Amino acid sequence: MFRKIAIGTLSALVLGLGPVQANEAGHIEDIAFSFEGPFGKFDEHQLQRGLQVYTEVCSACHGMKFLRFGSLSEPGGVNLTEDAVKAYAKGFTVVDAITGEDREATPADRFPANTGAGAPDLSVMAKARKGFSGPHGLVVNQLVNGIGGPEYIYSMLTGFTGETKEQAGTVLYENKAFPGGWMSMPNEALAADAVTYADGTEASLHQMSEDVAAFLMWASEPRMMVRKESGMKAVLILGLLSVLLYLTNKRLWSRVKGKKLA
Amino acid sequence: MAGIPHDHYEPKSGFEKWLYARLPIVGLLHSTLTIPTPKNLNWMWIWGIVLTFCLGLQIVTGIVLAMHYTPHVDLAFASVEHIMRDVNGGVMLRYLHANGASLFFFAVYMHIFRGLYYGSYKSPREVTWVIGMVIYFLMVATAFMGYVLPWGQMSFWGATVITGLFSAIPGVGGALQEWLLGGFAVGNATLNRFFSLHYLLPFVIAGLVGLHIWAFHTTGNNNPTGVEVRRGSKEEAEKDTLPFWPYFVIKDLFALAVILTVFFAIVGFMPNFLGEPDNYIQADAMKTPSHIVPEWYLLPFYAILRSFDNTVWAVQLVQFLTFGIVDARLFGVLAMGAAILVMGLAPWLDTSSVRSGRYRPMFKAWFAVLCLDFVVLAWVGSQLPTPFTSWVGLIASTYWFAYFLVILPLLGVLEKPTLAPATIEEDFKSHYADPISGPAE
Repeated sequence: MFRKIAIGTLSALVLGLGPVQANEAGHIEDIAFSFEGPFGKFDEHQLQRGLQVYTEVCSACHGMKFLRFGSLSEPGGVNLTEDAVKAYAKGFTVVDAITGEDREATPADRFPANTGAGAPDLSVMAKARKGFSGPHGLVVNQLVNGIGGPEYIYSMLTGFTGETKEQAGTVLYENKAFPGGWMSMPNEALAADAVTYADGTEASLHQMSEDVAAFLMWASEPRMMVRKESGMKAVLILGLLSVLLYLTNKRLWSRVKGKKLA
Repeated sequence: MAGIPHDHYEPKSGFEKWLYARLPIVGLLHSTLTIPTPKNLNWMWIWGIVLTFCLGLQIVTGIVLAMHYTPHVDLAFASVEHIMRDVNGGVMLRYLHANGASLFFFAVYMHIFRGLYYGSYKSPREVTWVIGMVIYFLMVATAFMGYVLPWGQMSFWGATVITGLFSAIPGVGGALQEWLLGGFAVGNATLNRFFSLHYLLPFVIAGLVGLHIWAFHTTGNNNPTGVEVRRGSKEEAEKDTLPFWPYFVIKDLFALAVILTVFFAIVGFMPNFLGEPDNYIQADAMKTPSHIVPEWYLLPFYAILRSFDNTVWAVQLVQFLTFGIVDARLFGVLAMGAAILVMGLAPWLDTSSVRSGRYRPMFKAWFAVLCLDFVVLAWVGSQLPTPFTSWVGLIASTYWFAYFLVILPLLGVLEKPTLAPATIEEDFKSHYADPISGPAE
């Protein structure tokens, strides 16, 4: 009976919901990122390209105050050598916590905050946005597509229509992915060939957007691979334990319980 | 202790006798583990173990998280990122704790609806039921305060909305709200007291769980037939029951292992699915999110809170009769509290002489609607209010109250129950053949 009620309830919920408000969020394209799914892994070459895009373009306005430079050499992510990270960190200036003076950054420091242009910090941006919320706001499609933070970033970076308008003294730029349609980030923020990739990959707008979206997902959770590995181990061990306990339980109860009668 | 007749612990060795004369704790553990349990319990009786596990999981992960967390408005968000990026195993700790709350509530809802269907709340188990409702209420409070701690946008605005409810109370509301918050708005004082209480309440819950178990170990478990275990003699009782250890311990552990497999898959592969992305944005008192929603497990009651606006005639009537003291806002707050209260009163509202829903044909249909109603309320609570969702919400909220206040009392009079088996043994034998032969041991 309980099973019938549960199944009935769920199917009624899925089938029976009638007219619901339209989704006001913009259009988000689904991208098959390499890090999706239980077995997905970050593509370190893509992350390195994305880091380049962040460094040469995004960092002009956006900070990343929770990400440590040292994370760039952790396995499962951007995977730079420790020397490369040291050299990279030197390119940034941070305020020393003890002396209060400016100095070159080291791998132990975090990326600087950047609030000058009023642009949001990107440390956890890929987890702070959702790309998918349907159907009818039930977020069922997230089970298939993921939550869609990186997809949102990609769609937003490639979603400018070129239209602008002025509102209360600020220029707003039309964007197909941005909720509400008009955002203050300019449409020329990221343009084709804004960077020159060392690995020879063509720096098209789509390529750069995808790369930096992947990089920001990594920056939001540098230990995603560790998490998936722990999850996989736990699932396998608990799955095995379930089988063993099932057999134990069956044998134990066979003393007192025969075949189920129809 | 009264209860089902069974063998009691006899201290054997010298040390056991010595200890037993001073502190009979081994005897207590023995009685707890060997308690005669109805042998026809089905799979809906596994949630108690799952809930006990969840409480343990939340306390253990929570204590470790508290070692790395900083309850300060400027540092809380950063300290959560510190846990995620720098603390060994921090990612798993935090995701286990966050998703552990979801498992906890999923299990408690299954447990509560199990009780509602099989009449577990009825005499003589009213005290168990009421303690359970108090535990549930404290779980809601603990989860709500825990959600504020990461100090994201939804933390801050959720806290603002919910504590704002207290200001609806006439006369003392404003002062009460200020006292709760430690200021005029949600701020550092609020965050600190929520952290303190979020740490304290789980131990209060643990104490109440002890009482909950003590109470139903006194009355004995209910079971799917709702027929009581025969207590005339030990032999008679043994026909209806099996000892908790090993039969139900192994069964429950098997169920727990299966549930944890799914749980760890969620934690490992999609830990943010049940969360709100807005909570990865640091709290900002100047920016109100476009859509403030509580976590999924509080949505049904949030929907009830929002359903009674001043376009509802009942609200207008109450407002008129109370000379405007009970306005739409207060009505909503009272309705939300009453929605949990009516559940707690179920033992006295249900007039049927038959305990289990299995033998109540009309009840079954109304109960199925109640389950659907709960899910619909959750959906309404998750949506931006539109005329359509308000209308659905009002009907669904009304049904929630009607079920407890009208349907349960009336069914006892109107319904003709089917015949329940005379004993648990009879029920068991009608479902399972006799064992062919015991395993060779």
